Amino acid sequence: MTAFILRRSTQSIIVLFIMSLLVFSGVNLVGDPVEMLINPEADQAEVERVIKELGLDKPITEQYWYFLMNAFKGDLGTSFIFGEPALKLIVQRMPATIELALFSLFISLIFAIPLGIYAGLKPESKISKTIMAGSILGFSMPTFWVGILFIMFFAVYLGWLPSTGRGEIGSFLGVKSSLFTLDGLSHIFLPALNLALFKLSSVIRLTRAGTREIIHQDYIKFARAKGVAESRVINVHLLKNILIPIVTIIGLEFGSLIAFSTVTETVFAWPGMGKLIIDSIYNLDRPVIVAYLMIIVIFFVFLNLLVDILYTLLDPRVRIQGSN
Amino acid sequence: MPKSPSGFGTYLKGKTFVKIDSHTIHIKTEKPYPLMPNDLSTVKIISKKYGEGASTSDYNSGKAAIGTGPYKFVEWVPGDKIVLKANPNYHGALKGKPAFNKVLFKPIKTGPARIAALLAGDVDLIDSVPPLDVARLKKNASLTLTSGPSNRVIYIHLDQFRENSPYIKAIGGGEIKNPLMDVRIRKAISLAINRDAMVAKVMEGIALKAGQLLPAGFHGVSPNMKPDPYDTKAAKKLMADAGYGNGFEMTIHGPNDRYINDAKIVEALAQMLSRIGIKTKVETMPKSVYFKRASAGGPNKSPEFSFMLLGWGAGSGEASSPLRALLHTYDKSIGMGRANRGRHSDPAVDKIIQQALSTVNADARGKLLAEATEIAVGKNYGVIPIHYQMNTWAAKSSLSYQPRTDEYTLVMGISNN
Repeated sequence: MTAFILRRSTQSIIVLFIMSLLVFSGVNLVGDPVEMLINPEADQAEVERVIKELGLDKPITEQYWYFLMNAFKGDLGTSFIFGEPALKLIVQRMPATIELALFSLFISLIFAIPLGIYAGLKPESKISKTIMAGSILGFSMPTFWVGILFIMFFAVYLGWLPSTGRGEIGSFLGVKSSLFTLDGLSHIFLPALNLALFKLSSVIRLTRAGTREIIHQDYIKFARAKGVAESRVINVHLLKNILIPIVTIIGLEFGSLIAFSTVTETVFAWPGMGKLIIDSIYNLDRPVIVAYLMIIVIFFVFLNLLVDILYTLLDPRVRIQGSN
Repeated sequence: MPKSPSGFGTYLKGKTFVKIDSHTIHIKTEKPYPLMPNDLSTVKIISKKYGEGASTSDYNSGKAAIGTGPYKFVEWVPGDKIVLKANPNYHGALKGKPAFNKVLFKPIKTGPARIAALLAGDVDLIDSVPPLDVARLKKNASLTLTSGPSNRVIYIHLDQFRENSPYIKAIGGGEIKNPLMDVRIRKAISLAINRDAMVAKVMEGIALKAGQLLPAGFHGVSPNMKPDPYDTKAAKKLMADAGYGNGFEMTIHGPNDRYINDAKIVEALAQMLSRIGIKTKVETMPKSVYFKRASAGGPNKSPEFSFMLLGWGAGSGEASSPLRALLHTYDKSIGMGRANRGRHSDPAVDKIIQQALSTVNADARGKLLAEATEIAVGKNYGVIPIHYQMNTWAAKSSLSYQPRTDEYTLVMGISNN
């Protein structure tokens, strides 16, 4: 296991390096941040002063070298706009995004797995067909549009939930999150549901497919034949076996929930990393874009590793190579 | 302030500050400089105790953001909120206490989400109401809408410095001499623009037709200039007189996320130009890509496009701002014409602009600025103005906002009805 983790880490470092090269050169090819940020009234001399102060007058190879050297020291650059370390800005925003992703993952799982199992056990029933049709809607409607609809319906028309922003932040066992206050929960519900919709649909379909396959396996038949209660058949024999593909998907999807919550965060003005990256892209805040992408890469690498390890726990037949 | 991309250097340049006593500062300039009051209005005064050596992050955290206004800084969570509270010691308090105890600014970027937040009662006031929604919101009795002209003119820059312009071809694709060099063609283009339709259809009525660089009421605006009429017949005749009776092909460029309805404006322009025989292609792009190419995308960092849509907000509140930046000859050594992306150049105009910039007498300066505008825009068609944006705010009915031309939303402008 240790050898496996070590080997994975080495690979990750190579991935990170290649990624940094791609991102850095890509970001630096597009646009001119000074043109975006400078006071329009400024004259040419002022423009040149700013270009020089931000180090943009140097050749790109030299800029990349500085970036790498600083990155080794844990400094991913300073935001052009906020004048603060890019890493700090991202870390500040991380809790908001993570709580949004966790909550929406929670929503999608508690609904999707029971619904998916039901649809798998009784594929011909009307309810199952409705569930499956609904799941198609779930992943074919654009997040942006659904978000606006949610706001119009729940916030404007019914007036039940707030339309925008993050709620009050509470503290529980030293962890600060808006999930711990009622106001926070009411704020997070709509964006989380919006973000969950797509996952909800894919997990329903995955669960159903898994159920359909496993329900005909010999060990299920045997369990039933020896008189095991149906609830135990489903909750233990079936559930444990359909979880393997679901864990893979959830692991990767959790990463993508965090990385791509940008649309939802923009619609709901949720102050997370996704909104930060979108704002930074609009304003060409290069250091923040680069730092964000690097962090997301690390995230994915880490999640993949975690998923591989979880496999072995769920299914003892899966052995990680090199663990002997 | 080190490493600030948007510092106040522009406003402080060429000035030396001498302290006379604790309430008086003497500011000296190298030569007569009439824009001193305008420049100073942009600079906030901070006590030396807090301001000395402060960095951007000190202002972000509020450590150094200590001024003398009616509201005090409480907290800024980037991308989430800015919190202010009333300043009980405000020096203007004789006229009454600050109107609100606590003020919360929330950035909501998406137009529909902003409106939804207002309708849902989550916020009390929003800015930048999208034109499409203005008519509908006006009918809503529980809201107050206020709007006024902005100091931002939406205009066209035309390539006037290349014999062969990269995005202009003869009909059929052959090389031709840049027709935009000819003032008759530039005038024809202005006559081909149906500004009434632009305002009514593209801008949903939320804009004003433009014939110069700033709407009436600003300093240095010419009383003699009107927006050009829509006259395709005269435009076609001018095209024929200039030797382009058969027209030409042109790709026109514009941003798609910078000005209100910018991409739609460019599309409408293309249709209008095709009516006088200019076959147009439209290319719009995000501002992050657009501005670099518009300013320095060509060889030797020259402007890349032949015909481009832009906007200019006159920060100083008078016509000298667009004149010096957009229409004065591009000249790095004296800091003029920085945003002159068409590189229009007329020594007569330059002379008047420079004269105006050192004329302290406001009336005399206003006349000079108006004269420069009349020549540069009215006669030379150095740029072609289309319309002035309007700024609209919407608030719940118990509040209203006094519209500002500079697009700022200041708490001091909000009043209880």
